[in-house]
Amino acid sequence: MTRLLEFTLNGRGRADAVADNILLLDFLREKVGLTGTKTGCDGGECGACTVLIDDKPALSCLTLAATVAGKRVDTIESLGHDGQLSAVQRGFHEKLGSQCGYCTPGFIMASAGLLRKNPNPTDDEIIEALGSNICRCTGYVKIIEAVKYAAALQAQGVSP
Amino acid sequence: MNKPLPAHNIGGYVPMIDGPEKVSGRAKYTADLLAPGQLAGRIFRSPYSHGEIVAIDMAEALKVPGVRAIVTGADCDKPFGVLPIARSEFPLARDKVRYRGEPVAAVAADDDAAAREAIRRIKLTVRELPAYYTAKDALAPGAVQLHEKKPGNVERDVLFELGSTEQGFAEADLVREGTYNCAEVCQNQMEMHAAVAEYDALRGRMTVHASTQVPYYVHLMLAQTLGMDMSRIRVIKPHVGGGFGCRTETLNIELIAALLARKANGTVRIVTNREETFITHRGRPETDIKLKIGMRKDGRITAVECECDQRGGAHSGYGVVTILYAGSMLYAIYDLHNVKYVGRRVLTNTPPCGAFRGHGTVDIRFAFESLLDQMAGELGLDPFAVRRANLLTAPTFTDNDLMVNSYGLAECLDWVERESGWKTRKGKLGKGKGLGMACSHYISGASKPVNWTGEPHATVKIKLDFDGSIVVLSGAADIGQGSTTILAQTVAEVLGLDLGRVRVLTGDSEVVPKDNGSYSSRVTFMVGNAALDAARNLKALLVNAAARKLDAKPEDIECLGEVYRAGRQDKGATFDEVVTEALKDSGTITVTGNYSTIPESHGGKKYRGAAIGGTMGYSYSAQVVEVTVDEETGVVTVDKVWVAHDCGKALNRLTVEGQVQGSVWMGMGQAMSEEAAYHDGLMLTANMLDYRVPTIQDSPPIEVGIVESNDPHGPFGAKEAGEGSLAAFLPALTTAIADAIGIRFNDLPVTPDRLFEAIEKQRRKGNGGG
Repeated sequence: MTRLLEFTLNGRGRADAVADNILLLDFLREKVGLTGTKTGCDGGECGACTVLIDDKPALSCLTLAATVAGKRVDTIESLGHDGQLSAVQRGFHEKLGSQCGYCTPGFIMASAGLLRKNPNPTDDEIIEALGSNICRCTGYVKIIEAVKYAAALQAQGVSP
Repeated sequence: MNKPLPAHNIGGYVPMIDGPEKVSGRAKYTADLLAPGQLAGRIFRSPYSHGEIVAIDMAEALKVPGVRAIVTGADCDKPFGVLPIARSEFPLARDKVRYRGEPVAAVAADDDAAAREAIRRIKLTVRELPAYYTAKDALAPGAVQLHEKKPGNVERDVLFELGSTEQGFAEADLVREGTYNCAEVCQNQMEMHAAVAEYDALRGRMTVHASTQVPYYVHLMLAQTLGMDMSRIRVIKPHVGGGFGCRTETLNIELIAALLARKANGTVRIVTNREETFITHRGRPETDIKLKIGMRKDGRITAVECECDQRGGAHSGYGVVTILYAGSMLYAIYDLHNVKYVGRRVLTNTPPCGAFRGHGTVDIRFAFESLLDQMAGELGLDPFAVRRANLLTAPTFTDNDLMVNSYGLAECLDWVERESGWKTRKGKLGKGKGLGMACSHYISGASKPVNWTGEPHATVKIKLDFDGSIVVLSGAADIGQGSTTILAQTVAEVLGLDLGRVRVLTGDSEVVPKDNGSYSSRVTFMVGNAALDAARNLKALLVNAAARKLDAKPEDIECLGEVYRAGRQDKGATFDEVVTEALKDSGTITVTGNYSTIPESHGGKKYRGAAIGGTMGYSYSAQVVEVTVDEETGVVTVDKVWVAHDCGKALNRLTVEGQVQGSVWMGMGQAMSEEAAYHDGLMLTANMLDYRVPTIQDSPPIEVGIVESNDPHGPFGAKEAGEGSLAAFLPALTTAIADAIGIRFNDLPVTPDRLFEAIEKQRRKGNGGG
């Protein structure tokens, strides 16, 4: 069945006819055309599809699009303001928290979710928050540095 | 007046120039290339491990509304494969299926649901044959051959003895032998395999976007399998989400997409799922090693005997090269003489293996370093002392004719010994804690590419036009390792320009020069040298133009990047003025840079295949690993890793650190948790929960020491940084565990259940059995 889905995507309200069984991930990529959110596995294994739903990290591959009615969904495309990268994006770029870049949108959204809740996380808190995201390039060392740097940038007033 | 300074771009911490696209979601990967009217492609895979194809019934599948084309082995009778001598594979199986999951047919349909439904309705009938899932079974007398031309199911055997092992062992004070087993491991890169093929029926042209490390090889194999002229084919490599070797050969996916697109006269996008990505495989084969080393009391190695069996899977792939590397790369790290190697690459009914990061060297290195550690212990020598007793002196040639020009292993050893506090901490960490160490090495590109054409090994073009922007054109495939950034840095450094002036165009066969691709860690060395040559050629041209403009001799012109001047008092000409002057000669400027390896680097001829292992420069690595073993649960925690890597010269410290950390960590996965497991040929671990990749919670801090041995042939002295540090982790881990609890593991991975079992066994022994 198809229903009308009204929600806020990256700060803009929209209304779409969506099938009951379409995943948020496929809806974002194939219907809206926002391909920044990545498919990395066959469901719930890797975290590449992480988006924020009402500021909380969620796996869009395990979320039916219909369930975000009335909610705020933020994807990687929502970050950055005035042509500048956000604090988390700068962290991943400048500290090489991203190599091939495929897991990066998921890691960045999970990190953004953490920093919205906890602007000054410890190493352990970062590790806990990113525990369900897999990266195959970095060994995670520079990802932890990237998030710490992002927190510092945010403290200096760079937009999160 | 103030001297304008040329910009410096080498040796610092430079973020990747394509980083902003990756962190903003704008970087397009193959699966992101969605377009209206595109057809969805799906692959029907064999549910049988081994059998003769009797019939493929597509009648019901063709009835599904929206199905536009179905292809099978009947649509393509040309085999493909990365090695010209071993092309045994068809895009879609013909006559026989040889592993569970081998592509048999494929469907293009209006949408994915229709494609899936059609796949569900395809009926495959086979006459089943006995299937072999281990090298031992495939080698057994009377086993059915997988391939007609491969008797005994041996893809390739290798045998060499250089020097006399008999004499070498006679000179030894201690001779020890060990057997080792390393499980099959998969790259499991984050981006699943994908291809988008567009067929232009009107012009008879094919464009294929593929997630590959080797666009040129894909181009060759498309031409071969489609029977099309190469000039009608265009290959585009979008952003690639990692490769680690599984994309260093053409995969069936891009070929199938093209066959479908041609048959459907349209555009077909195939995005495989994670299970299919696993089954496409091309990882590191399961390897059994028998190793014997002779050693003198002072730690000097007198002889080595090594037998190596690799379970290669159902097709050749890189197999011949892998089994040769495993032998040849016994050399070039220590000063070895009297070495015998017997290698067998075996064909089995499992997905084909390939060139995983550290290609051919990793499992052998695990065995070798493990046995060195054990023998050091028996002789009462420090493991560092044993390595130091066997160092090479560069420049030199090894007994198998490998050319070693720069050798920073001694410095690597010093660094990790010092930084880890080895001398003061070893043996004093307390119960359940331990330190282990090991070394490894790798090549900076195979000196002779697998597809030898006689052309320069690498070619780079630079375009400069009225706008003053420098456009570097290269076929080098950036797969996340940062090759595009290295090329930009190299060119900017020579010209003394800000990195922002340089753009790099890659990944489209229509515009960029051909490149052999990103494998065997060749790009920084080979393509970097070509970029260096191109930049120098451009600079010479600009200096000549400046001389004309400033009415001076070219040899008196000083290039300061944004200013060219003749003598210190000269105000000089700006870069833009010099460009305008230079364009007067020829209009748009394009320069070429080439790089060719020297014949001395091509390896030897002492045995068949001895060229494998030949490179212009070897990287070196030493590692110390600190662990805590929980004897109640069998869980090992890696507390910290110290790794020193001799990369010749770090052109970009940030990406060198990233590559080294990534290598070490990937070695950790292989050592501790990763293992491809099968049941009757069905891969049981074809997802990221059962195939256990370490998470951030499992992963240690990795401290990197960069050692710069300044290779005489490397660009600015650089060698590879992205593979050489992987192998040492494996033995450094197991020797750390041995240090902690006194148990040596010769089989990988060391999972908690294996470790727990070993502890229990030891306890029972300690209690007098029971």
